[in-house]
Amino acid sequence: MKITSLHLDILKEIGNIGAAHAATSLSNLLGRKIDMRVPNVNMVSFTEMMELAGGSETVVVGIYLRIEGDVEGSMFFILPIGQANRFIKRLIHDETFDFSNNPVSELGLSATQELGNILSGSYLSALSDFTRLKLYPTVPGLAVDMFGAIISSGLVEISQVSDHVIVINTSIFEDDYGDSEEVQGHFFLLPDPESFETIFKALGVV
Amino acid sequence: MISSKQVVKVGIAQLDIVKSPDTIRTSGLGSCVGVVLYDETKRIAGLVHVMLPDSSLGKTSTLNVAKFADTGIEALINKLKSEGVQPFRLKAKIAGGAQMFQFTTDKDTMRIGPRNVEAVKLELKKYGIPLVAEDTGGNSGRTIEFNPDTSKLNIRTVNQGVCDI
Repeated sequence: MKITSLHLDILKEIGNIGAAHAATSLSNLLGRKIDMRVPNVNMVSFTEMMELAGGSETVVVGIYLRIEGDVEGSMFFILPIGQANRFIKRLIHDETFDFSNNPVSELGLSATQELGNILSGSYLSALSDFTRLKLYPTVPGLAVDMFGAIISSGLVEISQVSDHVIVINTSIFEDDYGDSEEVQGHFFLLPDPESFETIFKALGVV
Repeated sequence: MISSKQVVKVGIAQLDIVKSPDTIRTSGLGSCVGVVLYDETKRIAGLVHVMLPDSSLGKTSTLNVAKFADTGIEALINKLKSEGVQPFRLKAKIAGGAQMFQFTTDKDTMRIGPRNVEAVKLELKKYGIPLVAEDTGGNSGRTIEFNPDTSKLNIRTVNQGVCDI
C-alpha cells in the first residue's frame, strides 16, 4: 500500500496519544513534571534507524516488547543512562543506584522492568482504546547495551519484507532537565508492515 | 610520505572491502553477525553485516544481497575476487549473533542470533573458507573493527571490554 500524508498524520496521532498517556503514568510514578515532544513519523533505512537516539554505539537502557493481536509489531522504550539512573534512583529511593555499577542492583533492574511494563502498557492501552483494536504486549525484555544492538532485535520481522521501516518516534523528558538528546526518553513503535492497513482501516481510512 | 589511515564503516545489511593500512568497522551488532573475509598476503579484507540467515526468508521484490548470510557471503567473495583476491586464500573471522532479549514467545525470529551464526558457518564451509576465530552468541552487543595489516579483529562490548581475536 502507498503511505500518504494523511496516513502519516494518523500515525503521528497514534504516537501522540500513546506517549501522552505514558508521560502521564511516568509523571504519576515519579511525582515530577514530564513533557513530550511532537511525534516524528518517518520512513527510514535500517542504517538511519540505527543512528537515532544518539547512534548505534551509544549505551542506553532499552526495554523491548513485541505486540501481538490485531496489530503486530515491536515497541521500544529507550532511555539514556543518566536519565534512567535519575528515574530509578527516585523510584527505589536509592541514591547509589547506577546502571554503570557492576553488577547492577537487582532491585533497580526489576524496577526498570516494571517501569517499562507500566509505560508501554499505558501507551498501548491508549492506542487500543483509540483504534478499538486488540493489542497484546509480551512481557518486556530489558537490556543495557549499545543502541544498535538493541534496536536491531526489533527489525528482524520487518527486514524480511522490506529494507525500510516506518518508525513512530515520540520523546519524553523531565521538565527540570530540558529536552536535549542526553536526557530524552524515546518510544519507538515499529508496526510490522502488514499491520498498517489494519490500523488505517480501524480508523476509517483506506 | 604522509599516509592517513581511514576507517571504512559498514552499516547494518551492508558490505564493503578495505586495503591496508585502512581498517574496516561495523558497530552495534546484536543478533546480526559481522563476517570478515581476508587475504593475509594481499592485506585485503571484506566485511558483511548479516541480518538474516537465508535469502529465502526475503519477501521483497528487490533483493539487498548484504542482508542475508548466503547471498551476502557470496557477494563479498565476488567483490574480493574483482580486486584480484584468489578465493582459496581467504580466511574468515566472525562475531555477533547474540540474543539481546530473553522472551517467552514461540516465534522463531527470537532465536535469530544463533540461526545467523549457523547459517554463516554453513556458507563458509560451502566455499571451503577456514573459520580462524569467532566471538559469537551470548547476550551482549558488539562493535568490531578489522585490521588487514595484522589480521586481527578487535571486538568491543559494553560489559566485557575490548579484546582481539
